[in-house]
Amino acid sequence: MHLFGYRLPGMSSLILWGLLWEIVGRADLTFFVPPLSEVLATLFAIIGTPAFKKALAETAYAFSLGVFFAVVIGIIVGILMGKNRLLDELLLPWVNVFLSAPLTALVPVLMVLFGFGMKSIVITTALFAVWIIILNSRAGVKQINRSLIEMANSFGASPMDAFFKIYFWAALPEILGGVRIGIIRAVKGVIIGQLLISIVGFGALFELYSANFLMGHFWAVLIVLFALAFTISEFLAYLERRVSYYAAKR
Amino acid sequence: MAMSQIKEAPNHIEVVGSDSAVSVRNITKNYGEVEALRDMSLEFPRGQLTSLLGPSGCGKTTLLKIIAGLLLPTSGYVEVNGKTVQGPGPDRAFVFQDFALLPWATVLNNVAFGLEMRGVAKSEREAIAEKYIGDVGLSGFEHSYPHELSGGMRQRVGLARALSVDADDLLMDEPFSAVDEQTRRKFQEDLLNLVQNENKTFIFVTHSIEEAVYVSDQIAILLPRPSRVSEIIRPSSFRNKGVDNIRRDPEYLDIVDDIWSSLRTYVE
Repeated sequence: MHLFGYRLPGMSSLILWGLLWEIVGRADLTFFVPPLSEVLATLFAIIGTPAFKKALAETAYAFSLGVFFAVVIGIIVGILMGKNRLLDELLLPWVNVFLSAPLTALVPVLMVLFGFGMKSIVITTALFAVWIIILNSRAGVKQINRSLIEMANSFGASPMDAFFKIYFWAALPEILGGVRIGIIRAVKGVIIGQLLISIVGFGALFELYSANFLMGHFWAVLIVLFALAFTISEFLAYLERRVSYYAAKR
Repeated sequence: MAMSQIKEAPNHIEVVGSDSAVSVRNITKNYGEVEALRDMSLEFPRGQLTSLLGPSGCGKTTLLKIIAGLLLPTSGYVEVNGKTVQGPGPDRAFVFQDFALLPWATVLNNVAFGLEMRGVAKSEREAIAEKYIGDVGLSGFEHSYPHELSGGMRQRVGLARALSVDADDLLMDEPFSAVDEQTRRKFQEDLLNLVQNENKTFIFVTHSIEEAVYVSDQIAILLPRPSRVSEIIRPSSFRNKGVDNIRRDPEYLDIVDDIWSSLRTYVE
């Protein structure tokens, strides 16, 4: 965007929204919205504290483990569904149901099944992410050029060879698209899991801050989480663009 | 594919009755209610090029894929070197109409793919692939990607991949139909050289009458609904006169005319 002949860097509009926040905060309309400057000051104050670091480490652990399982299971199940008609008929209705289901409602069930610990949080995270990864991998396999598969068969490719050397690569652009959306969902999953299940990680911090009306702290942690989720998503979008350059040409 | 002029090879054309590399015995193929092939039998002489020619819908590609082992016949069987075909095998290599190249792999890796599937070690298969990339005239493009190549160059990659596994039989499914006219003519000349210099049996599906007569030792005319072999033609005199003289040879012209008059009633 251009303003008075100058090219504005991306996301310049955030300055405007930040100013608005500051004004609303200073006008003292509600205790719920402290001025942005105060929130930022709090942010830098708490970012080095042991409580924050512990929360970050616990969240990162649950998040990466959950995403790992979701990606591995999602890609394998998705490709197999795309390859195998029977498996597709069996699983597709469930995948669609879980994709649109309010998974938050399932979290209490998970607590009963897997306890109040990290295990349940990891499973919640994976459950949020896995369905869209399955659907996208499946869609990627469905659009594979039939003659690539015949080619692999004619040269005697084993099912394993076909899976890793044809299906995976041919579906990679769609798979990465699914992984990106899945990871964004996993961010939601890991926070919701922490809030509902056990008093650890950022969930615990949210509980603590909101219960004590520490709104500056509350917003500071929220900004950190939003920024993290946004950065991860943009990084994945960048990777996706790098890989899908050939997708348009296949 | 050597780019030299065609060599004289008087012993190249053999009489019918020489041994068959591939035998198709009473093949019937049904797709549900539709009868694609009915009780078809055909012999493919060793070391020669046989064309399957016919109007669209005559089942020529279906027959080729059954020989390749990619499709199963409803009844009947195919013998390759005396053994019944159960599926794809290392004795046959396929060249695809749409090239079927891996878009994410370089020319080198595409050509080496067949060898990779056969478990040939990386350094060895890359050496073999490089040799065949040179043979088809693509030296210097080893690290290019398929989308950076023209249609003709892509099919050369497909051909190099099929040649590199050194199969006895080369199955070609309308390999030149997706390339432009001039490239196609060059391909046809190169194919004649290939048939002469490589000791392989070629099965070549085409819908072009001129192409079939130009490149073939034997032409099987297939007619549709249900598909059957209506005629087998073996050009005898013009094959050894050199690539430049074939298209004005009287026998060449006669055969092209004969085939057209027998096919014209089947073309809508």
